[in-house]
This record gives sequence, C-alpha cells and structure tokens, in this order.
Amino acid sequence: MSITRPSLSALAAFAVALAAASVLMTFFVAPEDVDQGLSQKIFYVHVPIALTAYACFGLGAWKALRLLLTRGERYDLESYTGIHQGTIFGALTLVTGSIWAKASWGVWWTWSSNQLVLFLVLFLFYCAYFMLRYSTESGPRRERNSAVYALFGVVLIPVSFLAVRIAGTILHPTVFTHEGANLPWQMLVCFLICLGGMLALAATLYRVELAGKRASVSLRELRELLA
Amino acid sequence: MTTSEKYVTGAYLVLLGMLLVYLLIIALKVSRLEEELADLTRAAREKLDG
Repeated sequence: MSITRPSLSALAAFAVALAAASVLMTFFVAPEDVDQGLSQKIFYVHVPIALTAYACFGLGAWKALRLLLTRGERYDLESYTGIHQGTIFGALTLVTGSIWAKASWGVWWTWSSNQLVLFLVLFLFYCAYFMLRYSTESGPRRERNSAVYALFGVVLIPVSFLAVRIAGTILHPTVFTHEGANLPWQMLVCFLICLGGMLALAATLYRVELAGKRASVSLRELRELLA
Repeated sequence: MTTSEKYVTGAYLVLLGMLLVYLLIIALKVSRLEEELADLTRAAREKLDG
C-alpha cells in the first residue's frame, strides 16, 4: 500500500484549521483547572510544542540514519531541516515553559527540575549541531559528521521525556501515566487537537523550509553550470 | 487583565511572534531566490544568444 503525501497547500490549510480549532477548544470548551486556574491553559500550547520539538529532533535523527545507511544526499538536507525545526520548537518550549513556571511556581526557571535541565541540555546539544555543521566544508564528510551527531542527540530524547517519571517530583506533574491520562476528557480532546495542530504546523514549516533549501541548492548548481 | 491572563496571553503571543518572524525570514528568502532566478534566466538568455 502506498501512502500519498498531501500537497503543501492542503497541509497548510489543515494546520490553519486545526490551529483555529485549538484556540477555540482551549478558551471555550476545555474547563478551567481547579488548582491552577486560567494559567493551566498554557499546558495546551507548551506541551504540544515540546512534543513537536521531540518529533522534529526524532525526524532529523531518522533522516540522518537513512543518510548513513543509504548515502542518499537528499537526507542531509532533510535531517538538517528537521533539526532546525526542532531547535525552533525547542526554543519555544523553553520560553513558554518559563512563562508557565512563573505563573505556577513563581519562578522563571528552576535547576531542581530534572526535566527542565535535561530539555535545556538537549536544546543546547542540538544548537551545537549547527556549529559543527558550519565549521566544516560542505560535502560527504560534513554530511556524515552531521548525521552521526544528530543520531547521538536522539539518545537524549527518551531521557528528557522520561526524566519527570524517573524523578517522581510533584514540581513537574505527570499527566500521562501507564494507567492513562490524568485529566478530564474535555481537556484530553482539547490537548489532542492542540497537539495535532502543532504537528501539522511543524510539518508545514518543514516542507516550506525544505522546498526553499532545495531551490537554493538547485539554483547554485544551475549557476555553476552556466558559469 | 489579571496576572494569569497576562501569562496566558504572553505564552500565545510568543508562538504568534515566532510564526511572524518565521514568515518574515521565509519571505526574505523567497525574494532572494526570485532575484537569483531572474539573474540566472538573464545569464542563460545571454549565453543562448551568444
């Protein structure tokens, strides 16, 4: 069975529709949290952004693995774009997380939460990816080095994701456990729509950025041919 | 506006701001690609005309 990839315009329309539904669900359908009140609404933007960042880093690592296995040149740009998207969503995770921390805990940042620190480590690790990538000349060597680095980083994703469970702290509560989701169904539906919207947005941005990068490479090749 | 409302608005504005900055960067990139393509088209025409 073959899977047809949706066109960019269809994907963008889907992302816009889900984003609009996310905002409506968050502010008009999902009930207000008893403990945190209105500030809990940040959950619907912060957690989907964080999960999208993990997905983008995971995609970047998957493309890097494909590059190492098949030596297909196109995977280098795809891996790079995935990691670039992951870094953008990672920065957003840190900023929205800080805002939520200030609203809930009264501080912008705390070093005592393993999940925060591990996410920061993951983010900085992937920031260093760009330094590594641009410190070497373009070519197969840079592609391989970047791919290996991207693959090393993916190890940090499950560690970062599971940190809150390992730590067992009440500072960063666990919403999704083995027994299921610890939140009412309206909140869960709202969260799933927000997550879908964020993933669709990331997929759209990924496709747009990749198209731009591919066009740039094609133009460079064309310029060399015409020179 | 209560403090909670300010924080929630701030979180959503950060996302909106990122999208706008991203849109600006993409728009700049597309206009640069358009210029490069126009240059290459001109160069190709000159080469064909001899």
